[in-house]
Amino acid sequence: MKPLHNKGVMDYLKLAFNTLVIPITGLLVFLLIWAGAASMIDTSLGKFPGPAQVYQQSTTLYQEHINERTKEVAFYERQEKRNAKKLAEDPAAKVKIRPYTGKPTFFDQIITSLLTVMTGFLIASAIAIPIGIIIGLSPTLYSAFNPLIQIFKPVSPLAWLPLVTMVVSAVYVTQDPMFSKSFITSMITVLLCCLWPTMINTAVGVATISTDLVNVSRVLRLSWITHIIKIVLPSSIPMMFTGLRLSLGIAWMVLIAAEMLAQNPGLGKFVWDEFQNGSSNSLGRIMVAVLVIGFIGFLLDRVMLLLQRKFSWDKTAILR
Amino acid sequence: MSQAHLELSRVSIEFPTPTGSFKALDNVNLKINKSEFITLIGHSGCGKSTVLNIIAGLYKATTGGVILDEKEVNEPGPERAVVFQNHSLLPWLTAYENVELAVKQVLNNKPKAQIKEWVEHNLELVHMMHAKDKLPSEISGGMKQRVGIARALSMQPKVLLMDEPFGALDALTRAHLQDSLMEIHADLKNTVVMITHDVDEAVLLSDRIVMMTNGPAATIGETLDIKLARPRDRVKLADNAEYNHYRHEVLSFLYERHGHKDETTATEPEKKKPIVTIRTSNKAA
Repeated sequence: MKPLHNKGVMDYLKLAFNTLVIPITGLLVFLLIWAGAASMIDTSLGKFPGPAQVYQQSTTLYQEHINERTKEVAFYERQEKRNAKKLAEDPAAKVKIRPYTGKPTFFDQIITSLLTVMTGFLIASAIAIPIGIIIGLSPTLYSAFNPLIQIFKPVSPLAWLPLVTMVVSAVYVTQDPMFSKSFITSMITVLLCCLWPTMINTAVGVATISTDLVNVSRVLRLSWITHIIKIVLPSSIPMMFTGLRLSLGIAWMVLIAAEMLAQNPGLGKFVWDEFQNGSSNSLGRIMVAVLVIGFIGFLLDRVMLLLQRKFSWDKTAILR
Repeated sequence: MSQAHLELSRVSIEFPTPTGSFKALDNVNLKINKSEFITLIGHSGCGKSTVLNIIAGLYKATTGGVILDEKEVNEPGPERAVVFQNHSLLPWLTAYENVELAVKQVLNNKPKAQIKEWVEHNLELVHMMHAKDKLPSEISGGMKQRVGIARALSMQPKVLLMDEPFGALDALTRAHLQDSLMEIHADLKNTVVMITHDVDEAVLLSDRIVMMTNGPAATIGETLDIKLARPRDRVKLADNAEYNHYRHEVLSFLYERHGHKDETTATEPEKKKPIVTIRTSNKAA
């Protein structure tokens, strides 16, 4: 007779093979092809960066970030000492505290991009979900909104951007702006592009609630608000999250283009600046940005997936 | 017959279809007494569920109407609780929460302790206290239907409407639930209107069986009073001559007098005929 535990070990190895060995092999093959192809492409800025150059540029970018931070710390230390000295000489002296004005590093730009995309996405969701619920509940409103949604959905962010820029410049006029104009412009462009998938999917989710559950609600004479909270929202959550995930994916793609043109100091501006810079390192640095953009997009999707699992009542549904 | 508790008076209903209106029910008249257990039996697609939905207030009769305790029924409400065929529990709420949702509607503004006590009492009634914190997806079909019954009972309905409540269950589970239902009915004396297409179930449970003709324009064909003494025991009744006589009556109505579509459609107006065949074949499939 075969010992049973052998089968267990075999299964475990098979699983490890499928989840580790195969993806890693895929990655290695990709790196080889990339390295090979890169060495054959000549541009006016030198050879197309291969994996080695990209790795090197990523360490450089990290080093630049560290250097910038040390400089910043040193700047504040100097300022503090100077002010302390001034006060010691004359307690009534006026001391000035100046903020550090170094240029943003790659990592600062990642943070800016994330902040911009999340703001746009959250505001878009706050608008799209309620509208989606309302038009999902009423076939009349759905018919009224549907053509508008279908028309605005395929519009490229680049088409919105000039309009948004002009409107923001005209409307957002303050003495002491809390946000820079470039931030507002990029954020609104993102918002305009990621409203639609959430809105449509929420509406469809709401419109396709099982009639039986609606009948339960009618027999119980649930009030309008209880009906929404207890029946409509939970049953449309899976569709709503599908929409939110699509929206966030679009938001992240749109953001890079918006930042390039609006000059919002995020990853889009980084890519644009490197392109304009045109040094021999530029292509490598852009490639680092490309990979980072892809990786962050992937992480954002995973976070949405985790949230979907947490909020969805149907724990057996296969989510990927 | 004394003053009817629930009365269906000349109920007809037509549904609009692309090819003109479709008359599902025609001139349904029925008087039901308090505490009576009625089953509606008939072939698939004959409009049994439509009758139930009209009593529930989910559909509105085109002509005629339903009167419950001298008041016309024109919207759904908890005094006519429905047990749906496929349980219709909210999948995101536990058994307890599903019943609680109903209890909060009927006992609103009552203290929390009283609500909890009533939810638990109803779960106890259907023997589901052990699984009160389980989600519908974690319990069996029979258990889900028990929770569905508890939810309906917890509304303290004047009439309990059951739409083929045991149709999707296996024979053993169905027998258990039928026994539970008879106990509960003996105990609470609710008026029950139940749809079934199981002849044994109808004879075992009912005080009166209402047999419906085939649709379209279905109506009540015959009614049959079941005068078997309660409590009824399914095993003893199997050899009971009276029980078998009732079974035979229902079977002969369903399969001899109203078994063939040709027979019934012959009495329909000619122009409705094409719709007829399409509708019935759809429902049967």
